[in-house]
Amino acid sequence: MNDIAISVKGLGKRYRLHHSEGAAGGYRTLRDEVMRLPSRLRNAMRPAAEVDDFWALRDVSFDVKRGEVLGVIGRNGAGKSTLLKILSRIVEPTEGTVDIYGRVGSLLEVGTGFHPELTGRENIFLSGAILGMKRPEIRARFDEIVAFAGVELFVDEAVKHYSSGMYARLAFAVAAHLETEILLIDEVLAVGDTEFKQRCGMKMRQLVGSEGRAIILISHEPALIRSLCSRAIHVDKGRLQNDGLPDQVLTRYHLERKSASGLIVQGIKQVADGIRIDSIKVGGSEERRLVIASDAEHIDVVLEGAIQRVVRMELEVRLYDRDGNTLAFFSPGHDSGLVAVRNPGAFRLAHRIKIPRLLRGAYSLRIGVVDPNFTGWFDLPDAVQLEVEGATTRLGMLSAGSHCGWMMLSGEEVSPTGGLEDPR
Amino acid sequence: MAQNDIQRPFVRIRPSRGWSALRLGELWEFRDVLVMLALRDVKLRYKQTALGIVWVILQPLAAGLVLALIFGRFAGMPSGGRPYVLFIFAGLLGWNLFAGILQRAGNSLVAEARLITKVYFPRLLIPCAAAAAALVDFLISLVVMVGLLVWYGVWPGWWLLLLPVVVLINVGLAVGISFWISALNVRYRDFMYALPFMIQMGLYASPVVYGLELVPERWRAVFALNPMAGVLEGLRSALLGGTAEVFRPLALAAVMALIALVSGAFFFRRVERDFTDNL
Repeated sequence: MNDIAISVKGLGKRYRLHHSEGAAGGYRTLRDEVMRLPSRLRNAMRPAAEVDDFWALRDVSFDVKRGEVLGVIGRNGAGKSTLLKILSRIVEPTEGTVDIYGRVGSLLEVGTGFHPELTGRENIFLSGAILGMKRPEIRARFDEIVAFAGVELFVDEAVKHYSSGMYARLAFAVAAHLETEILLIDEVLAVGDTEFKQRCGMKMRQLVGSEGRAIILISHEPALIRSLCSRAIHVDKGRLQNDGLPDQVLTRYHLERKSASGLIVQGIKQVADGIRIDSIKVGGSEERRLVIASDAEHIDVVLEGAIQRVVRMELEVRLYDRDGNTLAFFSPGHDSGLVAVRNPGAFRLAHRIKIPRLLRGAYSLRIGVVDPNFTGWFDLPDAVQLEVEGATTRLGMLSAGSHCGWMMLSGEEVSPTGGLEDPR
Repeated sequence: MAQNDIQRPFVRIRPSRGWSALRLGELWEFRDVLVMLALRDVKLRYKQTALGIVWVILQPLAAGLVLALIFGRFAGMPSGGRPYVLFIFAGLLGWNLFAGILQRAGNSLVAEARLITKVYFPRLLIPCAAAAAALVDFLISLVVMVGLLVWYGVWPGWWLLLLPVVVLINVGLAVGISFWISALNVRYRDFMYALPFMIQMGLYASPVVYGLELVPERWRAVFALNPMAGVLEGLRSALLGGTAEVFRPLALAAVMALIALVSGAFFFRRVERDFTDNL
């Protein structure tokens, strides 16, 4: 049995970037066209002189089966939206083909076709029709839509009088009741309050769960992708970077996203006057990317530099999970209440940080130097991308029975391999 | 391919080049969108204004009376033996339908930019929906016209059967031209400014306030090339009674309407793929 819903083969979309002088606002006027005629004729001899090609999407191939929920991740401008626009037939591809088996419903924004002057009832029918529902279908689900949005009392009021929350709820409600075999969704959940988001999430799970549907979902929320999708693809610079289980794809994406290459010190944008940072070593390496084993118990952080005057300073390190939640906070100054006074000249801050036992996944470290009573000397929110390796597939991030803390190191005790692995 | 796939609609998306098929079946499939968009336009028109429907009646009525006063009473234009008020009303009725469609449909794509960039349905439906909304205005004006006919005691007899044919030609012509203009307007916004001017000029170039008999004999052949000449004379014949002379220009108008429709639709489909990039 062939259960393919969407088959994408060698898809590409090229945009021509015109280095145009007069074409303000993106569209051309006849005058521009006439004015450009001489240069156009000249260029006819040597083609592509003034035109740059930009491939928003290139060589993208993948299949989506029925019952599959595919998450699409990638940074802004990576080509995710272009992909969805091609699949929903809003833009035409430059090359490649897409085969689609089934009706497609695309939700690229909340409230497609809504008009503020019309009533809730009129908008449900208008938006529903535009999104591809037949009128009997809308009529049959009308009450359900109104109830989901919770606007029963106001259904015959113009939606311009709605609160923004009511408006968003109604708009989502219409979209959520689409009964197409294929659903394309672009970040529509990025609106509304937490309660509504949760309700949307539940509805989405319901949509996903319904039999034989294929859903493609773009989201910047890793948690959403993780909880809803059965598969994920990572698109970067118009190309398909990765295709697999959401967890794996997200982890890789997270490591690559912040371009975790180069040295940690290079990430410093600003330091306070009178302080200089020469090197930062984490786990024996100056690289921004660090791979450790899941049974690693500590990471050494060593910071060297120079100060011009007498300062009080101490290290602060935060451990974040892949979604940016703080897992642990190491601050010798906070813990002991003692921050050493340092004399002008070279200085060295070295700590062995006991970390909780982490499960496989992506984490990051934030490193800062502070005077607890005064101010921060410098702060590196995204200092190190930590990749924890290991075979375990248990749920969560911390393994049971782990503990954390810190201890100060004196000169020679610093070891580069305290259960640590060098990535190279 | 498995057999159960046969019931599921299948679409292959691929780059298109040159001319594309019109895909009329798809237009029919999406007919609800046309109905809802037209309905929205009509509702909005009557919702946002205090007088609502009165405007649709008042506007042509006032314009007709003023023109009747100036051209009929003061200038003494000939109207072929028919009451000049009826003569000019019938002319305005046809012209307003034509101009109304052009105005609404001509800007329709730019006005619906948000929809076009967010959801797929056959784009040809957008100017069509705008035209449908203009047609509703026409029907309301037609009621006023009937009232005038009763008032003046004019009964066109069998000529009335010509009315749907003339309206069809009129709408076809206007929609065909609108396909061209709306599509060009996406690329060259000049048309937004040129359109009112063109409509204004067209009003004088067409026999709205004057009859064909006012045109000098040797210019008549050239004049008859204007399809609106046939349409307006046809409408007058249908409402006020006429002569067999009207059929030739009307047939010419029908042919031109068909050419405009077909060429416009194909041109529209050809440039359609660039709409999203230019809106």
